[in-house]
Amino acid sequence: MIAGVATSDYPELPELTEHGVHAQAAERALADAGLALSDVDGYATAGNHPMYAATMCEYLGISPRWLDETHTGGSSFEVLVEHASRAIEAGACEVVLITYGSIQLSAMGRKLGTGGRAMPGGPAQYDNLWGNTLVGNYALAAHRHMHQFGTTPEQLAEVAVAMRHHAGSNPSAQYRDPITVDDVVGSRLIAEPLHMLDCCVISDGGAACVVTTEERAQDLRQRPIHVLGAGHAMTHAMSISQMDDLTVTAGAQSGPRAFAAAGIGPADVDTLQTYDSFTITVGLSLEDLGFCGKGEGGAFVEGGTLRHDGALPTNTDGGGLSACHPGMRGMFLIVEAVRQLRGEAGETQVDGAEIAVAHGVGGMLSTGATVVFGTEPR
Amino acid sequence: MSPSDPKPRPAPVLDSDSEEFWKATTEGRFVLQRCQDCDRFQYYPRARCAHCLGPVEWVEASGRGTVYSFTVIHQNFSRAFRHLIPYVVALVDLEEGPRLMTNVVGCEPGEVSIGASVHVRFEPVSDEAALPMFELDQP
Repeated sequence: MIAGVATSDYPELPELTEHGVHAQAAERALADAGLALSDVDGYATAGNHPMYAATMCEYLGISPRWLDETHTGGSSFEVLVEHASRAIEAGACEVVLITYGSIQLSAMGRKLGTGGRAMPGGPAQYDNLWGNTLVGNYALAAHRHMHQFGTTPEQLAEVAVAMRHHAGSNPSAQYRDPITVDDVVGSRLIAEPLHMLDCCVISDGGAACVVTTEERAQDLRQRPIHVLGAGHAMTHAMSISQMDDLTVTAGAQSGPRAFAAAGIGPADVDTLQTYDSFTITVGLSLEDLGFCGKGEGGAFVEGGTLRHDGALPTNTDGGGLSACHPGMRGMFLIVEAVRQLRGEAGETQVDGAEIAVAHGVGGMLSTGATVVFGTEPR
Repeated sequence: MSPSDPKPRPAPVLDSDSEEFWKATTEGRFVLQRCQDCDRFQYYPRARCAHCLGPVEWVEASGRGTVYSFTVIHQNFSRAFRHLIPYVVALVDLEEGPRLMTNVVGCEPGEVSIGASVHVRFEPVSDEAALPMFELDQP
């Protein structure tokens, strides 16, 4: 059960360290749940340093009996909610705090002018020596999808337009002014066929959630939200050359696993919070999770399908494309899914939402992790 | 050197998995690993077969393939690459099966298409390695 959720302030936090962002989100999530730090006996996080979970426990001043720092990139926090739920079911712990924090935007400003990244040895070098970029990886997938299925830049742009529409209702969102399909396809090319507005923003920010037992959750401050099912999968790591089919992501495995565990199908989902590092990331995930057939993602998103008043309200906080993307956005998806099921999503609230899905995508379309949340038990 | 001067392209870091591969590139040869148990090819180089964990041997490869997908890079802040913009980054499916990341060079970006036939050529980046890049068979 999810007993508490919170985001830190965002999108720009020059006054905070990365660890401080975690702490702000942690304090708010525990307060939201009506729990104290001393109640926490499990902790999980993902970050880009060794022994990160222990480091954060030391920083927060806790000594939990269960720890996890599984790192699958942007999908890490969906995996961690799955792991935390299983640990609680197994009796390993009772109250798991999961936190995320990043000052990517502020740190980038300080690092400007230091030159290109050092070339790593090992497998990653086979994709890095030819000047590919992070955006380039997703552009390779987008181009292949267009080639195979006739998807158009205008269709992908619909995703960015819907996210921006939602961001207009989120006072914290990094970009809030409405945009059109023409704005997206008219913005400068970063890596063909992806334009600047096909890409997520770069932000500071963090988020946290508290997972606990059904028994404990009954007496807490918030209406508890059930974790109905979860699953994760991977196809490759940082080398997209090792991905069999660039139009089929790990979500094609994690989605059906999570839905089967929850005993639901895509048609039962009232709102989707899905990783939107790039517009193509959403298109591929919609297909892989079964909201439409393979290759039909472009047509599916036309006509406002993803808007909060559309057939599949998606990323109702404005997503990574417009609201906040600090590097590994997965925890934000969980927070927004829970807020929707509590009826706390404000202007983009989906009336009567009972089932929400959070789907994270990590690496270079490498990993996928899906969590199904519900207002009622399985 | 001013902060905007180009830097040399990055060179690979050789290790026991990749030594044979890069050594061949300096001689203008394109080699791949083939499994001695299941006969399948693989790229990138590994200590064992990524299909069955069998032992692998190096064999001369055709250096021919087709473009599986490509992108034209319009933004890269790296000084090793930004002076090359716009350039083509491509995934090429080799005749032997494996797929590799590369550049398609020797033509305008607009001439590249998915499915185009390409062949290898090498660009030296250090004393130890030349990068396999690909050219269109029919520009």
